[in-house]
Amino acid sequence: METLKELRDDIAAGKTTSVAAVEAFFARIDQFEPTVGAYLSLCKERALEQAATVDAKIATGEAVGELAGVPVAVKDNMCTTFDATTCGSKILENFHAPYNAHVIEKLNAADAVIIGKCNMDEFAMGSSTENSGLKQTTNPWDASCVPGGSSGGSVAAVAAGLCAASLGSDTGGSIRQPASFCGVVGLKPTYGRISRYGLVAYGSSLDQIGPLTHNVTDAALMLNIIAGHDERDSTSVPEDVAPLKDYLAELEIPFEELKIATVPQLNEGADALVQKAVSEALAVYKSLGAEIVEIEMPHFDYAISAYYVIATAEASSNLARYDGVHYGHRTADPKDYIDVYSKSRDEAFGAEVKRRIMLGTYALSSGYYDAYYLKALKVRNLIRSDFTKAFEQADCLMLPVSPTTAFKIGEKTDDPLQMYLADVYTIAVNLAGVPGISIPAGFDENNLPIGLQIISEAFSEDKLLRIARMHEKETNWHTQKPNL
Amino acid sequence: MTTKIDEAQVRRVALLGRLELSDEEVAQFSGQLSDIVTYIEKLNELDTDNVEPLAHCLPVHNVLREDVPKPSLTNDQALANAPARENEYFKMPKVLGDNSGA
Repeated sequence: METLKELRDDIAAGKTTSVAAVEAFFARIDQFEPTVGAYLSLCKERALEQAATVDAKIATGEAVGELAGVPVAVKDNMCTTFDATTCGSKILENFHAPYNAHVIEKLNAADAVIIGKCNMDEFAMGSSTENSGLKQTTNPWDASCVPGGSSGGSVAAVAAGLCAASLGSDTGGSIRQPASFCGVVGLKPTYGRISRYGLVAYGSSLDQIGPLTHNVTDAALMLNIIAGHDERDSTSVPEDVAPLKDYLAELEIPFEELKIATVPQLNEGADALVQKAVSEALAVYKSLGAEIVEIEMPHFDYAISAYYVIATAEASSNLARYDGVHYGHRTADPKDYIDVYSKSRDEAFGAEVKRRIMLGTYALSSGYYDAYYLKALKVRNLIRSDFTKAFEQADCLMLPVSPTTAFKIGEKTDDPLQMYLADVYTIAVNLAGVPGISIPAGFDENNLPIGLQIISEAFSEDKLLRIARMHEKETNWHTQKPNL
Repeated sequence: MTTKIDEAQVRRVALLGRLELSDEEVAQFSGQLSDIVTYIEKLNELDTDNVEPLAHCLPVHNVLREDVPKPSLTNDQALANAPARENEYFKMPKVLGDNSGA
C-alpha cells in the first residue's frame, strides 16, 4: 500500500496519474466498503473530474499544489459545498453547507482530491463510532470489532486502504484512540494550530482537526498543508505568537539527547499487552540513547470528571442551534413553536447526544454551575500544570493511548460511564491543549493493533513528529496492514 | 456522597435543553446521569480554593479584527437548508396564541 507521500511523488513524476489513483481507490471501495462502512458519502464523479484537471496540469508542466492529485477523505463534521455535511446525525442528514471549512480550502489549494466523507459518532460524541445515527463502521483488522471513535470512519478508510490519508477531529481522543485501534498514525495538533472554521462544533475549547495517515512522514506532510492562522477562527493562533514550521524539514534527524517522561502508576491501568507495548517502545528509545524519567501526574485521575463536565457544557450550548428553524430536521406536524424545538430535537438526536446535552445543561443550570462547571475549570488548570511540570523535566511524555485494544461491537453500548472511563489516557491532553500522537507499537493476542501515545508541549509538533519518527525507523509495526 | 438525579430533575433539565423525552428515556437518563454525576463528584476531593478557572489554553486574548464589510451568503444560500420557507423568510408556527394579545 502506497503512502500519501509516495503516491504524491509518483503522480508528480508522471509514474502514475491522479485518475488512475482515484480509480484504484474506488476499485478497493467497491470491494471492501460494504464490510468496512467507512464512508457516509462518496463523490466519484467529482473526484475523477478534479483528477483529470490535475493530470492535465501536470502533463503540461503547470504548477500544482503539494498534494496534487492524491485521493484523500475527511470526517463528515467538516463543511463542504459538495455532498451533505451530516456529523453522523439524522438531524443534519440532508444539510448542505453553503461554504467550505478552512481545512477543505487548504486541501483544495494543495490540489488534493477529496473522494468522500467519513462516518463518525454523532457530533463526535463517542469512542466507537457506534453512536453514528447513519451507519456502522467496522474495524478493518476484525469486522466484529469497533474501529474506535469518534473519527472511526476516517481511520478505517486509511487502515483499509480506501484513501491515501484522511482528516479527523479530536475533542477527547477521537483521532488518537481510533488510530490506536486500527494501527495507523493519528496526530492531534496543539489547540489553535489549525483553524476550526467550518468544523461543526462539539466542545469548542477542546476540538482540534488532525491527520490520519499510514506513517509519521505523511502526518508531517498533511500538517504542513492544513496548519496555520485563519482570521475566521479567533482561536487559531497567529504565526507571530506560535511560528509555523516545515514539519518535514528535520523529520529524519533523530534527537541525540532525549528525555522521555513516563508515569508508571498510570500505565498500570492498561491491559498487560498494552503495558508491554509501551515498555518495548521505551526500550527502543533507550537503545537510541534516550533517558527515561519516571514522573507523577497527580491530577491526571481527575481528567475524565473535568472533561465530561466541560465538554458536555460546551456541547449543550453548541447544539442549541439544532432547533428545526434554520436548517436540519423539523418534526412533521408541530402544534406550536416549542414543538418545533423539542420534538425535532427528540426525534433526530441519538441517545448519546441527548445524554451529553442533558449532562451539560445540568452542569450549567442554576444552583449547579459553581459546583460542577466552575470546579471543573479549576481542575482543568491543575491538570495543565501537571503537563507544564512534566515538560520541565522531559522533552515528551509517553503513555498508552487506550487501556485496551479494539473491543467488540455492542460490548459497551449499555454502560456509557464505562465507555467514558476508557478515555483516561487521551482526555487530559485536550484539557491541557497540548499536541499528542498515536503511533503503531504492537499487536495483542488477537492481532489487533496497539498504539503508543507521545505528548509534547504546546506548538512543538515538529519535535513530536521527530520523536515519533525515531521509533518508526526502528520498528515495522506501521507497515503491517489488515488482511481484508 | 451520592447525587441521585430523580425523574423530576431529568424532566426539568430536559425542558431547559428543549428535549422532549419519552417516559422510557426519562427513566433511563435518571439512572445513567446519576451514575455519571456521582463519578464526576470525584472533583470534590481536590482543594481548588486558590486555583483560577481555566476556560481555554490559548496564548492569545481579546482577538479583534477591523470592522470591514465583506461578501456574505446570499438570501437564497442562507435559506437553502430551511425546513420551511416563505419568500425571503424562515417559516415557523405562530409564536403568540390567538387571544394572547401583544
